Amino acid sequence: MTTDNALIKVENLTKSFGDLEVLKGINAEIDKGDVMVVIGASGSGKSTFLRCLNLLEEPTSGKIIFEGTDITDEHVDINLHRRRMGMVFQQFNLFPHMTVLRNLTLGPTKLLGQSRADADKKAMELLERVGLADKANAYPNQLSGGQKQRVAIVRALAMNPDVMLFDEPTSALDPEMVGEVLEVMKQLAGEGMTMVVVTHEMGFAREVGTDIVFVDEGVIVEQGAPEEFFGNPKNPRLKDFLSKVL
Amino acid sequence: MEGFFSGIAQSFEKTFITDDRWLQLLNGLWVTIQITIVAALIGLVLGFLIAMVRSTYDMQLMGKKCREPKDYLLKALNTICNIYITVIRGTPVVIQLMIMYFIVFASSRNGIIAAFISFGLNSGAYVAEIVRSGIMSVDRGQFEASRSIGFNYRSTMLYIIIPQAFKNVLPALGNEFIVLVKETSVAGYVALQDLTYIGNLIRSRTYEAFFPLITVALIYLVIVLILSFLLKKLERRLRNSDH
Repeated sequence: MTTDNALIKVENLTKSFGDLEVLKGINAEIDKGDVMVVIGASGSGKSTFLRCLNLLEEPTSGKIIFEGTDITDEHVDINLHRRRMGMVFQQFNLFPHMTVLRNLTLGPTKLLGQSRADADKKAMELLERVGLADKANAYPNQLSGGQKQRVAIVRALAMNPDVMLFDEPTSALDPEMVGEVLEVMKQLAGEGMTMVVVTHEMGFAREVGTDIVFVDEGVIVEQGAPEEFFGNPKNPRLKDFLSKVL
Repeated sequence: MEGFFSGIAQSFEKTFITDDRWLQLLNGLWVTIQITIVAALIGLVLGFLIAMVRSTYDMQLMGKKCREPKDYLLKALNTICNIYITVIRGTPVVIQLMIMYFIVFASSRNGIIAAFISFGLNSGAYVAEIVRSGIMSVDRGQFEASRSIGFNYRSTMLYIIIPQAFKNVLPALGNEFIVLVKETSVAGYVALQDLTYIGNLIRSRTYEAFFPLITVALIYLVIVLILSFLLKKLERRLRNSDH
């Protein structure tokens, strides 16, 4: 699977918080169009791994090569690369002091130089896609959790990213709202968006994932296509984990 | 009974009418307002700058080693800010005012400028801590969301953190300005004829304590009430996103 045109290539990534070593050398490759689903018990390091990909967590050592550039290099302007990597958080993190529409257009107008009118138009199209055009002028606090997360997804999409990172996007939602968010993510994957998803939704992993990764104690212990991964798990820790969550 | 009323009328006349004392009170009020407004502006600007330094340090450098020259600069600035806040909050404002007037401005003895600067510096220390607490109270996720979009630290502060922090601290900031109005009443120590000074002057000239002091108290009260009213209006306007 080693190709030079990998969109993201992770080499020997480690991350420590003080004395606690959370990631102990991760190697991974994400090709264009891949949907990598990262699973693992809480505290396994899977969220830290995801957050290292756009340097929200600064890796202790190792390389992250995104579109051919090692973004861990301190001479690289990480802000330019983050524009190409959308991120969706567990807690939505919408900007509460701005309308839904402004949440979507802030990045494109301030960073990409789009005119307010162009950005508004594109934002409305995105909101239309997730069925929230009527909420354009609402404030985030007026939305339900599912609606907030759908807005958060299109806010990231408004920047036209090459990859979308999802950090447990449905974990903070009421059960009846999980479906609407997963639906949007499925659509996105269907359109060929490259995605890295940390989740506990095994149904989603099986159905949408192209590459499933099991992280345990800071290392990837098993990785594979969903059929093989779920149908014939080899690692005892993975077997144990799957028996608990499936 | 008649004697009582004519006594009141006489006191009233002595306090306000004789020698145009109402005009003196008005002039005193103007001095108080000037000091308050200029000091509040200085305090606001200074407080915001210090809060930026302190919270930038807290977020980017605390517990880490300095690596670049600008890290050392930030660390030095943070230390200076800490000392400034400690000294200002640890000493009475009237002493700071006298030091400014009798030592720093010893040659010119410019009371009003000394007052502008002293009260401004004093207020700045309190505003700094208020604003910093506001910045720290904004959820960390807001910062991460903004950075993940590609905004740098400065833009994140400007567009995302400060607007929310400002809204959070508005009541505390308003309180600081209310305190400031009343603190300026020690301006008389450096020969400024502010509202309190004039009130006390009239008391000593007329041997009437009641009217001058109660009048001065009422004027402060009215200023504070007006200020509170304006702040409430501003708070309500900023709250439109919290439905």
